[in-house]
Amino acid sequence: MTTSSKTGKTSRATRTRSGTRTSPNQADMMADPRRHLLDLDDLDALEIEGLLNSAEGMLEIAGRDVRKTPALRGKTIITLFFENSTRTRVSFEQAGKILGADVINVAASTSSVSKGESLLNTVKTLEAMQIDALVVRHPHSGAPYFIANHTDASVVNAGDGTHAHPTQSLLDLFTVRKHLGDLAGKRIAIVGDILYSRVARSDIIAFQKMGAEVVVSCPNTLLPDEWQPGSILGQQTGFENLEIARNVDEAVEGADVVMALRIQQERQEAGHLPSLREYSDRWGINSRRMAMAHDGALLMHPGPMNEGVEIASDVAHGVQSVIEEQVRSGVAVRMAVLYALCARSRSTRNGAGTEN
Amino acid sequence: MVARKKLAIRGGRVIDPAQGIDRIADVLISNGKIEEITGKSDGHTPDGYEQIDASGLIVSPGFVDLHTHLREPGQEWKETIATGTQAAARGGFTTVCAMPNTEPVQDTASVVDDVMRRAEAVGVVRVLPIGAISVGQNGKRLAPMGELADAGVIGFSDDGNPVSDANLMRQALAYSVDLGLPIINHAEDKRLGAGGVMNAGAVATRLGLAGVAAEAETAMVTRDLQLAGLTGARLHIPHVSTIGSITALRSAKERGLNVTAEVTPHHLTLTDEWVYGQHGEVPESVGPESYDTNTKVNPPLRSRADEEVLVEALAEGLIDVIATDHAPHAATDKICTYNEAAYGINVLETAFSSIFTLVDVDPKMLSLGRLIESLTAGPAAILGRDLGSLEKGYSADVTLIDPEMKWTVNPQAFASKSVNTPLAGVELTGRVVITIYQGTKVFDLRNHG
Repeated sequence: MTTSSKTGKTSRATRTRSGTRTSPNQADMMADPRRHLLDLDDLDALEIEGLLNSAEGMLEIAGRDVRKTPALRGKTIITLFFENSTRTRVSFEQAGKILGADVINVAASTSSVSKGESLLNTVKTLEAMQIDALVVRHPHSGAPYFIANHTDASVVNAGDGTHAHPTQSLLDLFTVRKHLGDLAGKRIAIVGDILYSRVARSDIIAFQKMGAEVVVSCPNTLLPDEWQPGSILGQQTGFENLEIARNVDEAVEGADVVMALRIQQERQEAGHLPSLREYSDRWGINSRRMAMAHDGALLMHPGPMNEGVEIASDVAHGVQSVIEEQVRSGVAVRMAVLYALCARSRSTRNGAGTEN
Repeated sequence: MVARKKLAIRGGRVIDPAQGIDRIADVLISNGKIEEITGKSDGHTPDGYEQIDASGLIVSPGFVDLHTHLREPGQEWKETIATGTQAAARGGFTTVCAMPNTEPVQDTASVVDDVMRRAEAVGVVRVLPIGAISVGQNGKRLAPMGELADAGVIGFSDDGNPVSDANLMRQALAYSVDLGLPIINHAEDKRLGAGGVMNAGAVATRLGLAGVAAEAETAMVTRDLQLAGLTGARLHIPHVSTIGSITALRSAKERGLNVTAEVTPHHLTLTDEWVYGQHGEVPESVGPESYDTNTKVNPPLRSRADEEVLVEALAEGLIDVIATDHAPHAATDKICTYNEAAYGINVLETAFSSIFTLVDVDPKMLSLGRLIESLTAGPAAILGRDLGSLEKGYSADVTLIDPEMKWTVNPQAFASKSVNTPLAGVELTGRVVITIYQGTKVFDLRNHG
């Protein structure tokens, strides 16, 4: 089809069965510099630190009176959103513009896609316009990976289905690091719609990579079948060492960070929940539950919030809340990501093996 | 019709489970029928016979597939009767049973007649049609099952559409008793598996793909077995894939119910870990090769535990047969996101080799004899036809296999119109090298490579 590419992966554990193995081309991976940000699972702690450090500088730029640098002047970035998300889309747009890139927003639900054009053709059409980066939000898990296989542009995952949302996780790490410093040994409680949450998946991976302990709590209907309340997950689950609390109180007890996830109305309609009222009562984050957390614990929410459902208004806007700061961090973190992926020249990027 | 040659297949290891034969011998063919299996290979060539040197090869009855999608009429861009039967021949199959989910659906005698006429004209192996259970496969009212039986269908199925209405399923089973043909119901509680695109479990959770719990299959298999008991009908369970289905099947067979079951090559050899796109390895991180849409199939590739139990159940004969569920799809149906991709794997040309390579085929586990039985005598018994054996007088359908040959799966070289297999690039051992249908070579690897 087209030149496919791989992100710079670490070598894989080999577990061969007779006759099944064709080994990934090591040489290819060595020569292939990191081009995409699809999730954080293929970054090591050092690379994540690097992005966060870069974001510190970006935060300073974003806070200036004249918010403009020429770092990405002449670069074209397209935000391609197959789902509505004003906050994430605007955050990427602003990040690109502060860095001097030309940013074009494509709301795919109102474009060719609604005329039945395939995702592949949409991507090919955009690519023909010589773009440097595609920022993709898609309701299907894995869509940015599919796109990455079919384009020479850098792909940034801005949220795919229920799989991953890496820039959200970076901004969460960035925000927490600002307040708590080193994340090693910190206890992060994530409460809410775990089954359907891409933020939960990426955050579990991200915080664990930085040495934090992560615990989750939610109604059993919103937990994957193979995750049992009151257990710590093993290696075979793909989320090793994740703690599944028996109830929300157990999760927030002594937590350094409490993160509430959005509960969608659809969960009630699909039979996952008796009512939002009952959810709020049993899993909502309120002042009583925040009082059980560690002194000075942070309250976070990836937004948009349903105040009064998963989070009580008083704590959402209280002294422990860093929710607005998360939004501010988002721009800086996305500047760091776009800069890391786009600063190299097109010709270098397209010439496989010319770097390193 | 051209006069058929006399053939002598010399010096191969003849394995014919229906007759309990496993020895080095010659197979003589004349007039499209099996003439004789010699007592041993004696190095003497009878006059007037074209010779095929089968030394070092396995000589098996032609394989019989109870579950094939030929896509014609209606979806000829995916497969045709011509290409599908050529793919069958390459895979060693000399009989394929065509599922009725064509357009139009095979729910009337006229459509069935049409399929049989086309197969007679362009098919290189035998095509036996399967009729629909319900009109349009809609699960609302019964198709004219008597008319379909008269037209020659070998059973009834709504294919990928489960008969969700338990009462309709009961009526279909009861009505089929008269006709003596099996009901083949795709067992899946669609509500329980709502939105799922792969097996529920750690891989689905990691990839953020909605999972179908094994219980969605097990629940309906259990229901169907109960209804088979109630009606005394013949029930054939297609593509069993869960431990729970096996448990329910065992209990039904112990009760003496008239039930049979099939398993696909992919459920015997692949697991949900293949969705990572690393040929079954679990990568440290999800990569661009993950979300391999060629692994999307219904029922989904299951866990390792399920896979092991399926192999055991096949080995002991609890699962009666292997059937391919060959489901060709065009590239555009698979070059898309995992959610958008069509369900189905292209199986015919890799069926034997994949099992022979990836399953532990040895006398202690799945014996070679049992493997061949489940591709020949097993399905022939379910069809109740004189097929699947090298018995004197049977149609000379013979498959020759080189058990040592190594080859790498290259879907672009398939006879099938489609290339949708997760085995692309995988090296397999053992390959069908010659297929003979009614005494005529319909595939010879030396001519195709």
